Amino acid sequence: MRLSFLFPVSLLVLATSFGCESKPSTNAKPANSSGALASDESYEVNEELQGEVKIDGSSTVFPISEAASAEFSKRFPNVSVTVGSSGTGGGFKKFNKGETDISDASRPVKAEEFASALKNNVKMIEVPVAYDGLTIVVHPDNDFLKEITVDQLKKIFNGDSPAQKWSDVDGAWPDREIKRYAPGTDSGTFDYFKEIVAGKTGSITDQLSASESDNVLVTGVAGSVDAIGFFGVAYYEENKDKLRAVPVINPKGEAVLPSMDAIKSGSYAPFSRPLFIYVNADSMKRPEVRMFVEFYLDNAPELAAANAYPPLPMEVYELARKNAQELTTGTHFLEEKEGKMEKREGPIAEVFVSENRYEG
Amino acid sequence: MSMAADSLDQRVGRIFESDRRNLASVRRRESLIFACLVACGMFSLAVTVAILVVLVTQTVNFFGFEEVTVGNFFGSIRWNPLLGAEKSFGIWALVSGTLMVTTIAMAIALPLGLITAVYLSEYAPSRVRSFLKPILEILAGIPTVVFGLFALTNNTPSLRLIDERFMIFNAMSGGIAVGILCLPTVCSLAEDALQAVPKTLREGAYGLGGTRFDAVMKVILPAALSGIVSAFLLAIARAVGETMVVAIACGNSPQVTYDPREQIQTMTGFMVQMATGDVSNYGIEYSSMYAVAGMLFLLTLSITMVGTVVRKRFREAYE
Repeated sequence: MRLSFLFPVSLLVLATSFGCESKPSTNAKPANSSGALASDESYEVNEELQGEVKIDGSSTVFPISEAASAEFSKRFPNVSVTVGSSGTGGGFKKFNKGETDISDASRPVKAEEFASALKNNVKMIEVPVAYDGLTIVVHPDNDFLKEITVDQLKKIFNGDSPAQKWSDVDGAWPDREIKRYAPGTDSGTFDYFKEIVAGKTGSITDQLSASESDNVLVTGVAGSVDAIGFFGVAYYEENKDKLRAVPVINPKGEAVLPSMDAIKSGSYAPFSRPLFIYVNADSMKRPEVRMFVEFYLDNAPELAAANAYPPLPMEVYELARKNAQELTTGTHFLEEKEGKMEKREGPIAEVFVSENRYEG
Repeated sequence: MSMAADSLDQRVGRIFESDRRNLASVRRRESLIFACLVACGMFSLAVTVAILVVLVTQTVNFFGFEEVTVGNFFGSIRWNPLLGAEKSFGIWALVSGTLMVTTIAMAIALPLGLITAVYLSEYAPSRVRSFLKPILEILAGIPTVVFGLFALTNNTPSLRLIDERFMIFNAMSGGIAVGILCLPTVCSLAEDALQAVPKTLREGAYGLGGTRFDAVMKVILPAALSGIVSAFLLAIARAVGETMVVAIACGNSPQVTYDPREQIQTMTGFMVQMATGDVSNYGIEYSSMYAVAGMLFLLTLSITMVGTVVRKRFREAYE
């Protein structure tokens, strides 16, 4: 009796471990759907348009898409827009099989994701929707870290020989151990930080407390004067009273805080990154998807700002709109080098231009 | 005469014919039932085989990446697929996390479960029993995600009161929750085993002048040993495979450590992280999830095998 029932149970145990469970993430904030939108007049209530728009992907972009969906549904009550947040990677997996119309992404599409989409005959239209500023935070009582350079961050976070004490980074800083906090290593935020601090060939130290939950990061950094951490600017805005943002020295040598204006103007460098939605070109032929993307783009600056994400430069939105209308597919963030697809680096206003479009 | 014989023959023929028809339909029905039962039996076999095929092909696929070597997988204690260009896939970092959580959980679930089972089966008055058993069953019905949140919002702050060096995510907090989670499994299976010990043995022990404690320790527990060991092994397998609690409460820093105050990552925790994050689903990091799943499968399989051997070894047969 016992013998026969043990085996299926161990399988069950295995099956549950395959991960049909969701990540305990507190990233997703409720959509801010109040506030008048620019397009209040230009979109009248239309009950004739019907259909379905399926969105999935990054939990960072989720609040913006969710807000867009809520506003869109007010004007087009018969179009159902569903927004999921299974992560950028999981989003592309569904998108590349044609299961979703739009994929939210907190980073540009990766080479292998792009290749897989091409293989499945899925063509994507790249639409940047907002900025996310990566904020370096410390304890409010930390009185030595007035500003920080990328080089100092490298000393603190690099994987080969990370500084153990603050005094190892700068002789004037205290002789106490550094405590590092970072978002989940699987997150787009971490990936972006890694790209800047470690580059393509380096690594980030594993002597850090990484957590999916931004709340834990806030608690961790707020709990020690020797802590340093980083996460998205939207989350910093909500926890301003418990943490202090450290100004980052930009390539021009200015110490800049991640304010809305600084990120928008591009002076908060290099820690501001674009967020995207990727639209399936075939889906775009359906009127409800087309209408939704148009609506999204018309309102992107307001929707982003309502969720504490700075809007992108106008010319970026213009090109995105043009690409969407003309069904111009491809990505601007990959280029072919020696037969391999590689990531294109640089500020979005310079990268996201027609000449850089790559269709594979 | 011939008329009568004919009609008799015909009658007999008809009877047999109708019987044959009956028999045929009975046979058809029987074989249908048989096929149905076989299909049900085969279903779990087919699922097992399908899972194995997925695991094996994907694991082979993982080892096909040029950055991955079998030597690194089994010979290193560093697991850092997401930290940068230099990736190391040393499975022991994750295995040690799983073992630590399982050890903590079993240190709670096994003794507590067994003692509770002995109390319920041998000591408790029937009124207490009828009240305690359903409570244990309710415990078994609580979703694991609730246990995870319980660990994070109750265990962790309590532990930090005792020793503030406990990190917010730590192995101890999750381990305790997994232990509580496994408690009903151990308790109810062990109790079944104790109840299955024939009454005559119990009475024999009393008849020889033994106290209740003597009867439990010297007669009933040894007699039920095989069942109790199965209960233990099942609980261990459950703890090894537990996912949600560790994903929520134990953190995600794969490392080999003996300090339960540190954050760790278990095999299941890593798989959850891979399946849900922003990581590209076509790369080596994602693929490594299957190798981890394969390892986990081997682990639970070996626990099951040990269980079979142990049960045979300690089996006490009574009529």
